[in-house]
Amino acid sequence: MDNVTTAGHAPAGAHAHVHAHDHEQSFVWKYVFSQDHKVIGIQYTMTALLFLLFGFALMALMRWQLAFPMQPIPVIGGLLGAANAPGGIMLPEFYNQLGAMHGTIMVFLGVVPLAVGGFGNYVMPLQIGAPDMAFPKLNMFSYWVYFIGGVVMFASFFIPGGAAQSGWTSYPPLSVITATDGQTMWLIGMIFLITSSLLGSMNFIVTIIQLRAKGLHFFRLPFFVWAQFVTSFLLLLAFPPLEAAGVLQLMDKVAHTSFFLPSGLVVGNKVMAIAGGGNPLLWQHLFWFLAHPEVYVLILPAMGIVAEIIANNTRKPLWGYRVLVYAIIFLGFMSFVVWAHHMFMTGMGTTMSSFFQTTTMIISIPSVIILSALFLSLYGGSIRYNTPMLFALAFLPMFGIGGLTGLPLGLAPSDLHLHDTYYVIGHFHYVVAPGTIFALLAGIYYWFPKATGRQMNELLGKIHFVGSFIAINGIFFPMFIQGLHGVNRRLYDGGAQYAHAQPVLHWNVFMSYSAWTLMAFQLVFIVNFFWSIKGGKPVGNNPWSATTLDWTATTSPPLAHGNFETTPEVFRGPYEYSVPGRSTDYFPQNQRD
Amino acid sequence: MEIPYTVEVRPDTGLFNGKLGIWLFLASEVMLFGALFSSYILLRVGSTEWPRGYDELSVPLAFFNTIVLISSSVTMVMAWASLRMHDFGKFKLYLGATILLALTFLVVKYFEYAHHLEAGEGPWHSTFLAIYFTLTGLHGVHILGGIIVNSYLWGPGAGMWKTEPQRFVNRIEIAGLYWHFVDLVWIFLFPVLYLL
Amino acid sequence: MSDVHADDIQKEVKTYFMVFGALMVFTVITVAISYLHLEVHEAIIIALAVATVKGSLVALYFMHLKHERHLVYYALALTVVFFVCLMFIPLATTLDRIVQKY
Repeated sequence: MDNVTTAGHAPAGAHAHVHAHDHEQSFVWKYVFSQDHKVIGIQYTMTALLFLLFGFALMALMRWQLAFPMQPIPVIGGLLGAANAPGGIMLPEFYNQLGAMHGTIMVFLGVVPLAVGGFGNYVMPLQIGAPDMAFPKLNMFSYWVYFIGGVVMFASFFIPGGAAQSGWTSYPPLSVITATDGQTMWLIGMIFLITSSLLGSMNFIVTIIQLRAKGLHFFRLPFFVWAQFVTSFLLLLAFPPLEAAGVLQLMDKVAHTSFFLPSGLVVGNKVMAIAGGGNPLLWQHLFWFLAHPEVYVLILPAMGIVAEIIANNTRKPLWGYRVLVYAIIFLGFMSFVVWAHHMFMTGMGTTMSSFFQTTTMIISIPSVIILSALFLSLYGGSIRYNTPMLFALAFLPMFGIGGLTGLPLGLAPSDLHLHDTYYVIGHFHYVVAPGTIFALLAGIYYWFPKATGRQMNELLGKIHFVGSFIAINGIFFPMFIQGLHGVNRRLYDGGAQYAHAQPVLHWNVFMSYSAWTLMAFQLVFIVNFFWSIKGGKPVGNNPWSATTLDWTATTSPPLAHGNFETTPEVFRGPYEYSVPGRSTDYFPQNQRD
Repeated sequence: MEIPYTVEVRPDTGLFNGKLGIWLFLASEVMLFGALFSSYILLRVGSTEWPRGYDELSVPLAFFNTIVLISSSVTMVMAWASLRMHDFGKFKLYLGATILLALTFLVVKYFEYAHHLEAGEGPWHSTFLAIYFTLTGLHGVHILGGIIVNSYLWGPGAGMWKTEPQRFVNRIEIAGLYWHFVDLVWIFLFPVLYLL
Repeated sequence: MSDVHADDIQKEVKTYFMVFGALMVFTVITVAISYLHLEVHEAIIIALAVATVKGSLVALYFMHLKHERHLVYYALALTVVFFVCLMFIPLATTLDRIVQKY
């Protein structure tokens, strides 16, 4: 492991230096249908980033309608087609499609594939000293199934009637009775995505349990690996009910069953010719049984990434490693029993409502513990304010705001007023956008040198950070104000036709400009990312002077099986920074002494 | 094998990768069928009228199918035991029997479905039939998957017995665990749908 | 060495066939009882009890859970907990409902 790097190469389509290998693989088997976790991780990352950009673009379009309802969209209005925006003015149906697909794409095609498929696949085997995942073929299969699911979702915009338009939550009867096929494609796409996730999570759990290097006991694992481990259990056990529900809703749409359609349902002044006897709340239970653990799938890997970056850039061990581990396990477990706090308004009695309020309040405890431990980790540290650290630091208060604003939603009396308002949108976006996505960006800046052998530009990174941080708060903070005023979500005119919304309507313009500003600052990141692949400062295999095994792997490990020149053995915990009496301020896990 | 513990067990966990993997997969399948059972409960409790299973469905046919499927579970585990006793011939016999019994199950199911569909009673006809077709349909898809995997292991896949025998035995064990799970689901499906 | 090994497997084989026999008996029992056309709530308890016994036999002996590693037990125990939640909590939420009295 020398300090002089070989020239970093672009992930896919590179003319890589030929690596001496048993059998020479063709381009297709090496880069397209690769079974190497690093290639697959990069495939997930690039695909997910593309979908994140696309999902963001959908919202940028929506924000025009919200700021300037019924005004023709400039420049691209004419390109959207008469079915979506005649004369450039967005139709309500199109607005709803954008809304439903924005949520779906960001959650299922963007954030989770990046956090788990991208970071999990690339980093986790390196951090545990493994040669690859336990089931490399299955890993490859998981990516391509995700890809197909993504294509199906994307394609749904282009069929007659357009994409799904009943929210990412797809509540029946609306989702079933809507006469177009977009919802059907959504259901089919979800089945692909869920299958991909299930196979991937199984792979992750077996890998972490079975392929840890010698000496790497569970309580010596980097917190990032613990986060991926718990996340994988959430995916494994929570996703199947949504897959089942998806099949049921597909049957309702295609086979005319009535799983979710009650008897005597009247649509368009006509009683529907269905068997009836169905229950719309059945869908809600099955959906939220997944979708609540899903939000922990969104946040846990982010916490893992932030923890790694904070430990590394404070040059001291994380505060309360064991506490963090127990907290994240408890958090994962509790996430399965809080789901109906999304259903307080469905006529639930006080007993069950109390049950879910209680579990929801309890689940805030491990979240606070984790956040506090991360904050406390800063105390007494020699903080390096590089770009990954800036994003990681920003994550802390942003996640704090997101978490705190969840409390009135988790209590039924206040949820009564806030449910389905912009307050909810503000709450969950704070957790996912300046929360998770900032953490993911931090992770990209942090692990970019491992994947490419080069560092991203620091000045551009800091510009990206400052602009994004300001703009993102500009988008989401006013949502609390609007929500407290009672402005409903999913209104295609942003509340313009409601008298009670008038005093806070002006925020729509501010939020939209903030959104477009945020989008502009992502260009800085995109330019930095692609330019740095070939033009960034070349670095060795451990530019951050980190302790975990991933940094001892050869720089931009050869894109083939085998990550380490010699199989690592671990002798200590993951965050032995600033150990008294040592000449360097970091003591890698696999260094003998 | 590049990936450790594919064939031999990891000392501290006592498992080889595939065994842990299949149990985790089966755990997810428990949740999948669990969701459908939960749907059944919710729909039945919320209904104003719900038929007794034996009034709508053929208990004798399902009774026969239950015997068939349980038998196939025995032949499956015997196939694995035969391999462990190095009797490849018996293994082929037992695994072949498993596949044939599975096909028999599907044929009977086909007749059951046809009987309803010919009378115009598809899943759209009532919520009872909807959940019946969905639950047994999903179960049938799993049987089909098992037939495909077992057929591969009986045919082209059996070549591994010559080259990597222990790895092949592991594969049969894993396929067996999957197959027993499919049997297990039916053990609950049968009374819930047909006898209640 | 391989003979001892084979003897152990022969014992297992005997167990498999005994379990098979038990499963057949229980299947006949559960079908026979169904002909009594009991009330639904009685029928549920008996049918599920018999199914649980049959299922346990398949799991413990055919799937070797009786002698499996602890790791597998933990994963399954966790699954059972969530399975039970999925079975009963939506039901409880439906039964505990605000009922409008007009």
